[in-house]
Amino acid sequence: MTGKELPASNIADLQSLLRRREISPREVLDVLRARIEDVDGKIDAYLSTDFEATAKQAEKADVDLLLGGVPIAIKDIISVAGQPCTCASKILQGYRAPYDATVIRKLRAAGAIPFGKTNMDEFAMGSSTENSGLKLTRNPWDLSRVPGGSSGGSAAAVAADEAFAGLGTDTGGSIRQPASFSGVVGLKPTYGRVSRFGLVAFASSLDQVGPLTKTVRDAGLIMNAIAGHDPQDSTCLNAPVPDYTAALGRDLRGIRLGLPKEYMIEGIDPQVKSAIDAAIAQFETLGAEIVDVSLPQTDYAIAVYYILATAEASANLARFDGVRYGHRAENPKDLLDHYGRTREEGFGPEVKRRIILGTYVLSSGYYDAYYLRAQKVRELIRQDFAKAFKKVDALISPTSPVPAFKLGERTDDPLQMYLADIFTSPANLAGICGISVPCGFAESDGHRLPIGLQLLGKALDEARILQIAHAYEQSTDWHKARPPIAASMRNG
Amino acid sequence: MAKGSDLDVAYVAKLARLNLSDAETELFQKQLGHVLNYADKLRGVDVSDVEAAAHAIPIFNVFREDEPRDWFTAEEALSNAPRQANGLFIVTKVVE
Repeated sequence: MTGKELPASNIADLQSLLRRREISPREVLDVLRARIEDVDGKIDAYLSTDFEATAKQAEKADVDLLLGGVPIAIKDIISVAGQPCTCASKILQGYRAPYDATVIRKLRAAGAIPFGKTNMDEFAMGSSTENSGLKLTRNPWDLSRVPGGSSGGSAAAVAADEAFAGLGTDTGGSIRQPASFSGVVGLKPTYGRVSRFGLVAFASSLDQVGPLTKTVRDAGLIMNAIAGHDPQDSTCLNAPVPDYTAALGRDLRGIRLGLPKEYMIEGIDPQVKSAIDAAIAQFETLGAEIVDVSLPQTDYAIAVYYILATAEASANLARFDGVRYGHRAENPKDLLDHYGRTREEGFGPEVKRRIILGTYVLSSGYYDAYYLRAQKVRELIRQDFAKAFKKVDALISPTSPVPAFKLGERTDDPLQMYLADIFTSPANLAGICGISVPCGFAESDGHRLPIGLQLLGKALDEARILQIAHAYEQSTDWHKARPPIAASMRNG
Repeated sequence: MAKGSDLDVAYVAKLARLNLSDAETELFQKQLGHVLNYADKLRGVDVSDVEAAAHAIPIFNVFREDEPRDWFTAEEALSNAPRQANGLFIVTKVVE
């Protein structure tokens, strides 16, 4: 394998090279650095990289550890000691994390190297990464389109072969939807499966950290490193951690997959629909049984999600007050002027919009009508899933009703942007796990645009959806396709 | 449920300690009006016998021993301070 081909490797293949001592962790990091210098001017997936400190880590890396010597890109909302953590917001420009998040500590313990921070929608609020206050990330399959969001930087970096894998966060689809738009694998673990200590909070009852990878197996490998109890996060589940790769390779005989009839809505792109239909037929060929199920409250999910997520965000973002860290307005005349201008100057439009909405739905006189009612409908949505999982092992749907849209196409209409989360946000409300895997392409203006298939599993059933996703992935070639930017660079 | 038009963006912005320009106030008033009209569909759900779900997977009573641990030094805690002096954060004057 040459230096030009290496960046296209998945983690498992990279590890066999490392463990056979055909390449050193330091050489891997150097190749990756060259690759980023080559392509990131076109993609803009990264907000910062730190190759100097990480080169020293690479020299000491033990390649026989779980992820020994594997560089991993980190969404810029997760604290990596000594590296910037901006959440793609001007309010945190210049801020450096003074400590490692638990997921980073666990990655380091497994030998992985967190070397750089990826772009995102500001504070993870968005579905296209266009809400970044710092730069615009492009979809490697078509540079005029968005990579999805909010973990768009991690998704685009993995797709463009400028990362072997990345970490993202998923509050309403922010791992799965960019995975779908960018043609990679993205796993949202069960709420509480992965520690959030050191993750900058957006919506605390919904946020979860998870991997974006080139293959389903790689997602399992990263889960093996990051899942598990953390006494420093009181919402983190104290449940045993299985080997997430153990069931990979088992066939699908006896597996029952539910098709929620409410997910077959008008407005699904016909090319997405036909890719999903073909995937369903493929699952039947593989021995799975397809069962019709109903999730009657689906139509309410987006409304519930945007009330609860903005309410929680308005409380969480109160900490950005310009006192202990972050931007502070110049020469405030009094304390109210200090707060009001610091936050006006630091936050971008979508964050401001959500703070206003969240403050409103929590305010006196409106709390019961919006926030409390939304929490009750959330419980009904949770019950929908509980009933469905009595009949089936996993649910199957498109990850997004449409493939990647054009940059700027939806920025003027927040409600349209919110509706992009229609198939992903219910899983966050119900706390269950979900994965997006590539399942085909749509053709548009001479570009191939990836389509993602979503599998949802019940709480703590990550091993099962990984097994199902892996069986599908290995029976298709979708995961082997590379975007034009990857191919041209490798031949160049 | 209240109509979306009840939202007074300028007033809520004061509650949120967030200054907005006149143009932003006007734009958000319109955009969030649309979002709240969309959210009105929740009025149609019968929730009379439903308990509110604060979290999807409830965990109760997470305790730990209240013991001192090694954590930040004052210097580390101040490492991102916009203004500091003598090991302290310098804040905007709060009393006359």
